[in-house]
Parts: sequence; C-alpha cells; structure tokens
Amino acid sequence: MSSAVFSTSAALGRPFVFDGEEMEEVCSKTSEAQLFSEGRPPQRVGSAAFKDKDAKLSGVQTASRLGVRPAPAMASSGIAEMDALTGGLPRGCLTEICGPASSGRTTLLLSALAAATRRGECCAIVDAGNALDPQSVAEAGVELGRLLWVRCGEESPEIQPELKGGPNGAKKNFAKSDSAEQRLEQFLRVTDLLLESGGFGLIALDLGDVPPQTARRISLTTWFRFRRAVEHTPTVLLAVERQSIAGSCSSLLIKLGTHRHRITQTADVKTPALGHAQLLTDLEITAEIVRSRMERKPAGSAEITFASKTAWAG
Amino acid sequence: MPFACIFVPNFSVAAVFRAEPELRARAVAIFEGKPPLEKVFAMNESASRAGITPGMTKAQAELCSELTLRPRSPLQESAAHAALLDCAQSFSPCVEDAAANAAILDLAGMESLFGTLSEIARNLFHCTADLGLDANVAVASNPDAALLAARGFSGVTVIPRGKEAEQLGSLKVEVLFPAQEERTSEQKREAGRLPETLDRWGVRDLRALAALPEVALSERLGQEGLRLQQLARGTASRTLVPVEAPATFEEAVELEYPIVLLEPLAFLLNRLIEQICARLAARALNTQELRLTLELQNLTGADPESDTVGIPSESEAAKSATESQATSQQFVSGRQAKFCRTLRLPLPMLDAKLFLKLLQLDLNAHPPGAPIVKIHLIAEPVRPRSTQGGLFLPPSPEPEKLELTLARIAGLVGKSRVGSVELLDTHRAEGFRLRRFVPGAAPETKHKKSATEEKSAVAALRMFRPPLRANVTWENGELAGVVCTKKKEVQGSVLWKAGPWRSSGDWWEREAWARDEWDIALQSNEGVALYRLVHDLLGGGWFVEGTYD
Repeated sequence: MSSAVFSTSAALGRPFVFDGEEMEEVCSKTSEAQLFSEGRPPQRVGSAAFKDKDAKLSGVQTASRLGVRPAPAMASSGIAEMDALTGGLPRGCLTEICGPASSGRTTLLLSALAAATRRGECCAIVDAGNALDPQSVAEAGVELGRLLWVRCGEESPEIQPELKGGPNGAKKNFAKSDSAEQRLEQFLRVTDLLLESGGFGLIALDLGDVPPQTARRISLTTWFRFRRAVEHTPTVLLAVERQSIAGSCSSLLIKLGTHRHRITQTADVKTPALGHAQLLTDLEITAEIVRSRMERKPAGSAEITFASKTAWAG
Repeated sequence: MPFACIFVPNFSVAAVFRAEPELRARAVAIFEGKPPLEKVFAMNESASRAGITPGMTKAQAELCSELTLRPRSPLQESAAHAALLDCAQSFSPCVEDAAANAAILDLAGMESLFGTLSEIARNLFHCTADLGLDANVAVASNPDAALLAARGFSGVTVIPRGKEAEQLGSLKVEVLFPAQEERTSEQKREAGRLPETLDRWGVRDLRALAALPEVALSERLGQEGLRLQQLARGTASRTLVPVEAPATFEEAVELEYPIVLLEPLAFLLNRLIEQICARLAARALNTQELRLTLELQNLTGADPESDTVGIPSESEAAKSATESQATSQQFVSGRQAKFCRTLRLPLPMLDAKLFLKLLQLDLNAHPPGAPIVKIHLIAEPVRPRSTQGGLFLPPSPEPEKLELTLARIAGLVGKSRVGSVELLDTHRAEGFRLRRFVPGAAPETKHKKSATEEKSAVAALRMFRPPLRANVTWENGELAGVVCTKKKEVQGSVLWKAGPWRSSGDWWEREAWARDEWDIALQSNEGVALYRLVHDLLGGGWFVEGTYD
C-alpha cells in the first residue's frame, strides 16, 4: 500500500549524505560508468565494505532522485476568490474545510457541489449530522438529480410533531435519539461503500455538526484508507468539520471564519430596533490555507475574504 | 428449405437435472401420482441399471439405496420447455412448438447469419447445453425428418438433401411413435395397435417400412400407414406452425424440506437467477423487474397481518410501494402464505451476481418470517439499454455497481434516508422528499449554465433535526436572549435580529402550520453565530431550526 523512502545511509548505519557533500572515497568514473551500463542508478560509496553492501542495494534510489508526484488536477470550488487562493479543489485527494458554526463551511460545500453538478458530475454527500437543508441546496444552484444524499442516523418522522401544532395537538414521542457512535459507524461504512463504488465527481463528508471529540474517534488509518481510495481517481473528497481531524492525510486544509455579516435596512423607520425593518443580506467569509500539498506555502501564508449572499437578498 | 429440430430425450428427468445439476451423476427416478399410489414415471440410465423400471411403486423404488427420488414437477417441466423455445428463438424467428420436449426451427436464410447448417446445429447443441438441457439436434430438409432424426440419433445430426431415406433407414420403428408424454389423445389410440402390427410383419426399422408397397400398405393400415411410410422415407412435407415465444421468464423450485435460513435460500436463488439470465441472454433481452414469490409453510395459529411473523402486511406494502424500489406483498391462500418481493431496477440489466446480491440485501431487510417451501422467480423482459457513455462526458457511477451500492447503503441507513432530493410545492418546513437516485435520469436545468459560469455563493442553512426547543427571554418587548438546553453552544444574548417573517399553510388540512421566523445573531462563548429562530404559532413553542453557515 504505502510507498516507503529507503535510505542507503540509514540502512548501513551511516549518517545521511546529501548530494553536495564531499565523500571520503568516491567511486571512479569507470566504475560509475559500469554501474550506468548495468542499468543501475549511480551510487556513492565510501569503503570496500560499503561497496559490497551497496551492491545489494543497487535497486534503491537516492532520495534526491525520487520522482516527484504529478500535481493533481484541480476542480473549481464554485467561488472565484477561493479558486484564486487554492487553485481549486484537488482531484484524487482529501480536502478538509474546518471552522466553527456560521463560518461558511456549508456555503463553500454547496458552491463546490453546484460547480460539480454543473459540470455534469455525479456527487454524493454523506451527512453525519442529517443537517443538509434541501432548500439551500437548490438555491445554491446544485442540480438535485445529480446529488446523492445519505442521511446518517436512525429513522425519524419527516415532519416533527412538535412543530406541527395541528388541531389535534397530538404530541408524539420521538424515537430514542441515535447515538453518536452509531451515526459515526454508519458514516464510515457509507463512505467506504461510496468510495468503492467510484464514478462520483465529488464526495462530501459532512461532519460539521459532529463534536470534535467524537469526530476524533475516526482513526488516522481510516482517513488514510479514504485518501488511498480516491487516489488516482477524478473524485474530489471533501470533508467539512469543526476542527481538522484527518491530519497529514488531507492534501488541502482550509480554515474558515466569519468576518462580518451585513444587515440591510429595509425601511426608513424611526425605531431601527424593529426586527422586520432589517434584513440579513450577506456574510463575509474569511478563508485561510492552513496546509496545502499542491503549493509548498508556509501555513497561514494566504487569506482571502469573500461574500455569500442570502437567497432573498437578490 | 432446411429445418432443425431440438429434441430433449427423457424430458422429465432432464427438467429435474436442469433444476438440480448435482443429480446428474446419480441414479434418479421421477415418480407421480397421489400418495400412497405414487409410481415411478421416468428414470435416468443409472437408475435403469440399478433395476428401476417405470410403473414401480415408490415404496419399491425406495428399496434401492443409491436411488434419488424426485416428484414430477410441472413447474420445472414448463420452465425447461420455455428454455427450449428460448434457445430455438435465438436462432430463428419461425419456431414450431412440436412437443413439450421438441422444437422445430425453419433455418431458411439463417446460413448467412450463423454459418453452415452443421455449424448452426452445433451451436444449437451448445446453446441448449448452456441452458442446462441435454438435447439431440438434427438438421434435415423437412421438419418431420429432422424430428425423427433428433429422436433417433443422439448428439448432432445433419442429413443432406436427398439422403433422408438412407440416413433414417437405420432407425427403429419406435421413433415414429412418440413417447407416452408426447402423445396426443388420437395418437394414444393408435399407439397400441400400429407398432404391434408392424412388429408382427417383421418390420423393425424404417428402411423396411419404406420398402413396403404403398397400395398394399394403405389397404391394410389406411392413411395412417401411408403417412408413417412417408415419414420413414423422409418425404413427408408440411408447413411449420410457428408459435410466438411467450415473453415470460419464470423459474420455480419446490423444496422437499422447508428452508429456514437465508443462506441456503441464496444458494437456490442463485441457480434460478442464473437460469433466467441464461434464457434472457439467449433472447438478447435484459430485465428491469424481478418478482420473487416465496411460498411459506402453513402459518397455523399465526395472524398473517400481525407483525409477529415479520412479514409486512399488504397495506404496509402498498404504502411503501411508491417510495421503495423493492415492494413486498403477502397474502394467504388456503393454508399456505405467499411472500412476494419485487425488485425494480432503474435500467435494464442482466447480471446474475448483481440480482442475487440485491435480492439477498432485500431479504435481509425484509425476511419472510416463516420456512419456505417453494421459490418462484419471474423476470420482466425488456430490451437492453443502447446508450453509450460519451467520450468527453464526465464519468458517472456504473449503473450496476451503483445499484448495489445504494442497496447496501439503504441496508445501513434505511431506504427512506438515501436518494436524491425532490422539492415539494409547499412553503412548509422540510418540504421535500427523497426519490431514487438515478444519475442518467437527472433532468436538464431549464436555463443551462456553462460549466465555467460561477454565481456568487449563497449563504446556506444547516438544519437541526429535530429542531431545538429554545427558551427565549425578552427585554422591553425585544428579543434579548436564547437558551437551548439540548445544545449548550446554542445560547447567548441576541446581538441582532431580523423578523418576524410570518408564514402559514395547509390550514384546510389536519396538518396545518403557522410560524414566525427570525434571523438572529447570538453572542456565545465561541463567538458570534447566526441562527434561524422559529415560533410555532399553533403549538406555541420556540425552536432554533438551524444555523446559517
């Protein structure tokens, strides 16, 4: 599964030797030519004993000659500012979007889903918290027929009787609330099935409502498995969380936060405190790249702000 | 004009072997009749060698220890007959249903499609073998000669034009008289008399019969004698009576002992599905609907409509039929209950493994609840899908793989919790439903946007399901604070609010609703967060419905 970088120096109990350093004994040009002629990569040797051992490790490449992994193809996130910051969402990689409540995580997620479905790709969202609002999904421009929604958790009535308030006023007892462990178990198994199925342009893992201490129960090996499952596929694996939990398995980690929310005065009234005189029109969201494998930028080197309008703002 | 005939010798045994291939290596006898007068009706060669003869009572046959006895199954025989016709139909559109165990094909014009006559005969032989039947195949210039050759010669026989009398001459006279199971009532009357007469005359083979003088033969045996002589000479001529092959693909198996576990059921289902898939493949058809009927052991003392037996009632099945891909039905006939499951597929498919897995998942989710004594499977045939994925279109999940994945996910989270969203024409909260996810069936958007076109992001709402009951505090007639006991982080002082936005609906129904919505910003320990606060005007409670995120 995993590729390991093997150092000849470490194997032989010697300190690491870098490309530019002087060696005690450097093999002659003829021997180097011989090595080349045998189709082996050139090796540096320090002693006769080292030569013998080196012959056994002739197939091992030096770290400096390891091939560079090709940059992944990028898919648009649906937000121009975000694309300018990150270059898009990497395909075949895990991307994490984290932030607190009202930080714009779902807005970014739905924008990415809308962009993907507009491209004609099939998308799936594994909703651990059963928090997706279909009205928001439609307003974000997602083609609903191309989005598979998996709602984790137990069966529950679609219309909550507490809110019905009908003439009979009947109060039904809710089914016993499902445990976080059960939801997480479902979430992991569903994700595995979707990744195994393949063919999706974007698979979103929504852990936005799962408390960080519960989300951290997902082991790093699981995230590694997810990452390996999408590797070399055109699938964007997008995880939405409160805090980063996938560690080094994610290729891109974006941290979001609300800069400010804009309120529009809808009427010229004498008492501005009146609620109906005001309207929430847009949120300004700040995005920061915490980690990116695509561009080797230091953490926190880039930050942008973009606006998300409410559906009724026009 | 060439004709081919497919003939299955010892048809009752062949039908049993088709359903239970593992019996081929054993001595098998088929019995029929009402207990205790059951008699052996047919047997294979191994059973004959062991001394079993037709007409033996079941009790006598049971004395043979290595003998396997099976009751005669009209269901299996009709399925084998249908398979025979399917095989014939896959080579020629003009097929005569000559008998339960014989089909005659008109091969005129088929040589350009399927090769020479001998190649067609060989392919017919292999095709019937693939369908689980050991058949004889013969090709001749007239239908009756082909039928006689198929009855008399085992394997593949091709009789060149003009050589019929020569080739058929070596056959015994008995081939002119079909076996008991193939005879019509008229033939049965003649059957006893004519062979005896010919035997007395010393006519043992068709060559001898063909050599008899026609006038003398007609004086003694009448028109029937002349007809038999024409058959023996291979000169009988008639037109085929083509049949329209029935478009029903059904297989059934009756069990000697009731099945209690799903694992052995899957084993039997696999066999039935493979047989149906082979028949569909022979006719170049796929299926989009599989109907499984399980006959259950009598449920004496159990109320069929109660939940105790684990079978969904008819009303429940009808209720769920609109939303679920697999529907169930259960009814009681006499003392035996039938449990039905219908598996509807989004696209025409033909994958036995997939069908088996889907049925297994469905039965796991909806177990029959009683021992199974009979399995009946029907596939609705449809033409295969002919669309091909575009070279430059984005990839989408393979339909077969996706169907299996969706079934597995439905098994994990429930059928009503997986699918694609369909918004309902209502302003009610949660005004949506989930429908089956079929990527190919996604409707085109009215105003098609280019893939590169991007609109500004729309602030999304994250729902709390169920909504969080909130305690609201007021100061000077203004909303001042919100506290949710169930979710500690949703509490704090109201920094800002917009609303109320009033909506109501369905007042003409029992499910009436009326509510005021507020958009509020709460200052909590974690920072400022925006929420949607709802006041249920009919119920009187306050709820935090979701957060803007």
